[in-house]
Amino acid sequence: MIAEAGLAALWLAASLALLQFALSLLGNRIGELRTMVVPVAVAQGLLTLFSFVMLIWLFIRTDTSVQLVVANSHSAKPFIYRVAGTWGNHEGSMLLWVTVLTVAGALLALVERRLPEKSLRATLGAQALLALGFFGFLLVASNPYARLNPAPDNGQGLNPLLQDPGLAFHPPTLYLGYVGLSIAFSLAVGALVTREVGPAMARAMRPWVLGAWVLLTIGIVAGSYWAYYELGWGGWWFWDPVENASLMPWLATTALLHSINVLAARGSLRAWTIMLAVVAFSMSMIGTFLVRSGILTSVHSFAVDPTRGSFILGLLVFYTGGALLLFALRVSSVREGARFDPVSREGALVANNLLLSVILGTVFVGTLYPVLVEAVSGDKISVGPPYFNAVTGPIVLILAALLFIGPLLRWRKDSRPNLRRIAAPAIVTAVALAATFLDPAMGWLPRLGLAFAAGLGIASFLPLAGRNLRRTPLTIWGMVVSHLGIAVAMAGAAADSSLTRETLAAARPGEVLSVGPWTVRFVGVDPVGGPNWTAIEGHLVATRGDTSIRLDPQSRYFSNPATETTEAAITTRLDGQLYTVLGHREGDRWQLRLWWKPMVTLLWLGGALIALGGFLALIGRIRREKSRPTVFAEARA
Amino acid sequence: MTLAPKHQRLVLVLLAVAALVGAAVLAMWGLADRAAYFRTPQDVSAGRAEVGVPLRLGGMVKAGSIRREPDGVTVAFTLTDGVADVPVRYRGIVPDLFKENSGAIAEGQLGPDRRFTADNILAKHDERYMPPQMGNQAAELKTRETAK
Repeated sequence: MIAEAGLAALWLAASLALLQFALSLLGNRIGELRTMVVPVAVAQGLLTLFSFVMLIWLFIRTDTSVQLVVANSHSAKPFIYRVAGTWGNHEGSMLLWVTVLTVAGALLALVERRLPEKSLRATLGAQALLALGFFGFLLVASNPYARLNPAPDNGQGLNPLLQDPGLAFHPPTLYLGYVGLSIAFSLAVGALVTREVGPAMARAMRPWVLGAWVLLTIGIVAGSYWAYYELGWGGWWFWDPVENASLMPWLATTALLHSINVLAARGSLRAWTIMLAVVAFSMSMIGTFLVRSGILTSVHSFAVDPTRGSFILGLLVFYTGGALLLFALRVSSVREGARFDPVSREGALVANNLLLSVILGTVFVGTLYPVLVEAVSGDKISVGPPYFNAVTGPIVLILAALLFIGPLLRWRKDSRPNLRRIAAPAIVTAVALAATFLDPAMGWLPRLGLAFAAGLGIASFLPLAGRNLRRTPLTIWGMVVSHLGIAVAMAGAAADSSLTRETLAAARPGEVLSVGPWTVRFVGVDPVGGPNWTAIEGHLVATRGDTSIRLDPQSRYFSNPATETTEAAITTRLDGQLYTVLGHREGDRWQLRLWWKPMVTLLWLGGALIALGGFLALIGRIRREKSRPTVFAEARA
Repeated sequence: MTLAPKHQRLVLVLLAVAALVGAAVLAMWGLADRAAYFRTPQDVSAGRAEVGVPLRLGGMVKAGSIRREPDGVTVAFTLTDGVADVPVRYRGIVPDLFKENSGAIAEGQLGPDRRFTADNILAKHDERYMPPQMGNQAAELKTRETAK
C-alpha cells in the first residue's frame, strides 16, 4: 500500500505540473486563472515530497516486495544507511531530484513578491516544464515503486563504500544545489519570455543562486573529504568525471554569482547573466547525465544504465537547446546595460567571469573529450590529472591575483586604482615567495600557490579597511570570508602537494617508524567487529615531543555484498594531519602507510569558509530585500 | 576612457568569444600533450607510450607473475593484454581486489627500460565496478582464448 500511495502521489504531482504549465500559458488571457498557479505549484511540491517520504519509509522497513529496496538495501544495515539507501541508487536519487525541483518551485511561488506577475507566471511555467520532463523520466523509465514477485527474504545490500555518514548526506546536498539552479534557469527563461531582463530579475534570482552555490560548495568539499579519508589514498581531488560533474556547475554558478551582482547593482551584463544562468543549470544536468549514463570511466560507476543516460541526454538537449534558442531569438530585445570603465569593479568582475569560463571550458572539454574520441574513432582514452592540473592551475593563480585588486575597485569607474592599499599584501606575497625557496625542490605551482595564498589572506580583509565593522553589511562580510576561504584552501592544496612526508613499511609488532616530526610505534593488530562488517584493526602510538596519540586504522570486510574497505586512522593537529593506513599481512609483518600532511586541514577549512561566506551573504541579502520598499527602480549610471 | 554603450557591448562579446577560443586552444594544447593517458601493454610494446610522463597502464595481472620483495611493501608483477606484457613495479599497499587474472590499472611512468613504475594501483573497485576500457579487454581476452 505504501508503494502504491507513493506512486499515485507521483502521478498526481505530474498531472499538476502539466496543469501548471497549461495555466502559465493561458494565464494572460484568462485573468482569474492566475491565482491558481500558486496553489497548484504548492500542491505539486507537497505531493512529490509525500511520494519521497513513502519511498524512505519502504527503505526503513526493508520492504522486500519492492524491487528497488531489494537491489539496494538489507535489513541488517544500520538505520541511517537504510534511510540513506533511498537516494544511494538511480531511481531514488531521481525522485529526490524531482522532489527538490518541485519543492523549490513551490517555495518560489510562495515567497516571490517582487517580480512582475507576468514574469513570475512564465517562470513557474518553465519550472513546470522542467518538472514534467523528470516526472516523465521517473514514471516511464525508472519507476522506484516497481514490485518484485515473489518477494525475497532480504535485500542485497548497499555498496559498503557508500556506508559512511559523509556519503549519506553528500548526494542530497549536491542535488539541492543542482536543483536550486533550476530556479535560476526558470527565472532566466521567464525573463526572456516576458522581456523583463533587468535588476528585478537579478534580485529575485540572487538568493537562489547564493543558496545553490553554498550547497554545491558544501557538497564538493564534503565529497572531497570523503574521498580523502574513505578511499585511503591520501588524495583529495582525483579529477574523476563525477567530481568534474559537480565542479562544472560550481564554476558556472561562481561566475553567475558575480555577474548577478553587477546586474542587480548596476544594471549591466544582462545577456551575459541570462546566459550563465542557462549554462549553470545545463551543467548540473550534464553532471546528472554523466553520473547516470555511465559513459565515462569513473570510480563512481555504481549507478549506471545507458538507456537512462539517453533519456537524460534527451531532456538535456530539449531544455538547454530550447533555452538557448529562446536566448538567441530574444537577445536583441534585452536592453543594453549601464556603461562602465574597463578598470572598475565591473571590469574586474568581467575578468573574473571570463577566467572562470575558461576554467569551465577546459574542464568541460577534458571531461567529455574521451566520449567524443570514442564516438568518432572508437579509441578509448582517458584524460587525467596531468591534463587538468596543467590547464587549470595557472588560471586559478591568475584568478587569485585578480582577487587582490578587484574588491578594492569602485563601481563604474576607477581611473586611478589606489595601489597603495595593496602594498601590504604584495609585500607578504613577495616574502612568502622568497620563503618557499627554503625548499628548493618545490614545484612552481605550489610555490606560487603558497605565496599568493599568504598575500591574498591579507588582501581579502582590505574591503573592511576604514569601515565601521559593526555596521558593515553582512554581504560585505560574506565576500571577505569567502575570499579568505579561497586563500586558505589554496594554502592547503599547495602545502599538501609539496610538503607531505610519507613512510611506507612492513612492520612487526613493536617496531618503530618515523614520518615527518612523528615517531610511530606499531603495537599490533586485533580482530574487531561492527554491525555488518568484521575488521582487522592495527594499533599505532604516534609521539611528537610530549604528545602521544593512539591511532587504529582498520581493514574492513563486508559480507553483503562481499567487499573490503580501508578505514584510515587520521589525527588532526593544529599544524596538520597524521594519516595512517593498515595494509596487508606479509608473513609476520603488516604493511603500514603513514603520511604527515602539514596544513592539509586548511583545504577543507578554506572550503568551509567559502561556503560560510556565501551563507552570510545570503542572510544579508534576504534581510536587505525584506526592508527594500521599491524594487522596480533600476539602478542607473 | 569610457566606451559608448554599443561599443562596450561589442567589446564584451569579443572578450567572451576570446575566452571561449582561449579555453578551446588551451584545452587542445593540453590534450595534445597529455590526453594519451590510458595505455595498454600492446601500446607499450609497439612504442606508442611515452617514456617518463604520467600514464595509466591497464591490463590483466598475469597468472604467477606477482612477486613480493623482501621489504614487504614492494610488489612486482606483469600486466598483460594477451598480446604484450609489461613488467610493473609498485611500492605501496595494493588494493584488496588486486589479484592474478584480474583487471588492474597502474598509474605511474614508463622507464627507458620499458618497465613501468607505478605510484598507484587501481583494482576492481567493487564487484560492480570495471572501467569500460578494462571491460573490453577482458572480453577480448576471452574471445582470443576460445579462438585458440
